[in-house]
Amino acid sequence: MSTISERFSILQSHLEKNCKSKISKISGYVGFIMRKLLFSVLSVGPIPAHVAIIMDGNRRFAKRHSLLQDSIDPASGHRLGFRSLISTIQYSFEMGVKCVTVYAFSIDNFKRSPQEVQLLMDLMREKIEEMSAEDGVFQALHVKINFWGNLELLTEPTRLSAKRAMDTTVHNKGPELSVCVAYTSTNEITHAIEASVSELKGKDQVQVSDLERNLYSAGCVEPDIIIRTSGETRLSNFLLWQSDFTHLQNPKPLWPEFSLRHLVWAVLEYQRVYAYLKNKKEGIEKNK
Amino acid sequence: MIEASVIASPFLGIFFCLLHVIVSLVRTWSYLVHQIQCLIISSGLLPQYQDINLDRLRHLAVVIDSEDAKNKSKVHQLLCWLSDIGVKYVILYDIEGVIKKSDKAYKKSSANPSETKCLDFAPNMLLIFDMFGMTVEIIFYTDGKEAAAKGANYLCSNYLKNQDDTLNKLGPKFTEPDISSALKAVGHDGPEPDLLLVYGPARCHLGFPAWRLRYTEIVHMGPLTSMHLVL
Repeated sequence: MSTISERFSILQSHLEKNCKSKISKISGYVGFIMRKLLFSVLSVGPIPAHVAIIMDGNRRFAKRHSLLQDSIDPASGHRLGFRSLISTIQYSFEMGVKCVTVYAFSIDNFKRSPQEVQLLMDLMREKIEEMSAEDGVFQALHVKINFWGNLELLTEPTRLSAKRAMDTTVHNKGPELSVCVAYTSTNEITHAIEASVSELKGKDQVQVSDLERNLYSAGCVEPDIIIRTSGETRLSNFLLWQSDFTHLQNPKPLWPEFSLRHLVWAVLEYQRVYAYLKNKKEGIEKNK
Repeated sequence: MIEASVIASPFLGIFFCLLHVIVSLVRTWSYLVHQIQCLIISSGLLPQYQDINLDRLRHLAVVIDSEDAKNKSKVHQLLCWLSDIGVKYVILYDIEGVIKKSDKAYKKSSANPSETKCLDFAPNMLLIFDMFGMTVEIIFYTDGKEAAAKGANYLCSNYLKNQDDTLNKLGPKFTEPDISSALKAVGHDGPEPDLLLVYGPARCHLGFPAWRLRYTEIVHMGPLTSMHLVL
């Protein structure tokens, strides 16, 4: 896995290549240096290895800013949300976070109107292709992209894009981005039970370790933080099995408003409870 | 390079402490504002808090840090308050099972011991009893993932019994209702709480059974020792 310094160098060269005007180049570079200093300060304490995000508030943001009334694009809230996602992922990886997981589309979201579901499927396909593009920053950072969920429920073009993105990045050794689509935790547990039962031979019994090995998230460390934006307090069937010792945070800003300062605040809050959660986790593992 | 990092380390440490001092100040301010809000609510000045409608709160869960759970009088006080405000069903959870091990103490300490009626108890099964007209269910860590494994074994044994069935030749196919039924069969089912209160240093559910947490509102209350009647 690339070191933090290597990731900064890659981002620096990506910045130089893509900034068009001199002023935007300079301001980008200054921002980059400021972030590097800030993350050096944060790194005195523990940095979360895995951050999970429920990106709540795109539609409310669009409604609040009257984007839906005037815009030809009814997915305007989600497009702004995607920009927040890219910057949050970039800052997380710059900070040294190894895994970022995002809740992009729940199985429950299929209950929305067919037009909205189709819109979201098309948007997802477009953004998956953008993220996994050869000249994109994710490829430059050697990001491995995973898709967790019941992918058979997706429309075929979206499913194929997801599969292509996973195949293209499977050998990448950099940070991991996991996108939960057509996902719920209870569906994941059901799938793990099915897979564990089908593996059983003779009179063996299913153990907890068998179930964990068959989860979509197998091989990934458990999340240290789950952030749900817009102040909502529910987990909405997201990573329920994996979040035993996860710090749950619910900042008030809507997802398109989530920025670097909110991410830094989230890490500072996590650092305050790190010792307690680590102690609890070790206590349970000792008793197993 | 090594010399530069050695020089920079103390400065980074100072800025790190400064950031955390700022976080502490903001949290202290939020705590003070919250205390003032609680004071105003408990004074009865705000009409919307005078008559709390708990119709939508059918099941309440409380996650308590195991160290706090050793304070039996505080846990008992919490149960009394919950009963006073009209909660009908409470699920008490602590990760190490401190409350489950001391369930007899809660039954004995009720004002009228005959009011505590054990509804369902067997070793390693759910513990449910009636207290002050409120149903109290006590669970801990093994009622989560280990219960799911037991449910899987139950489904497996049923699947193997029906192996001659044509459908089963395709491999096991389970639905979420099948999992719910299996958990019920192995004695680890229960209602999904509408609200979960976390008493402890961090907002974390500490292994509360995943199957029951899907759409539960999770609220952090702080340490049990500083709980107020105004929840």
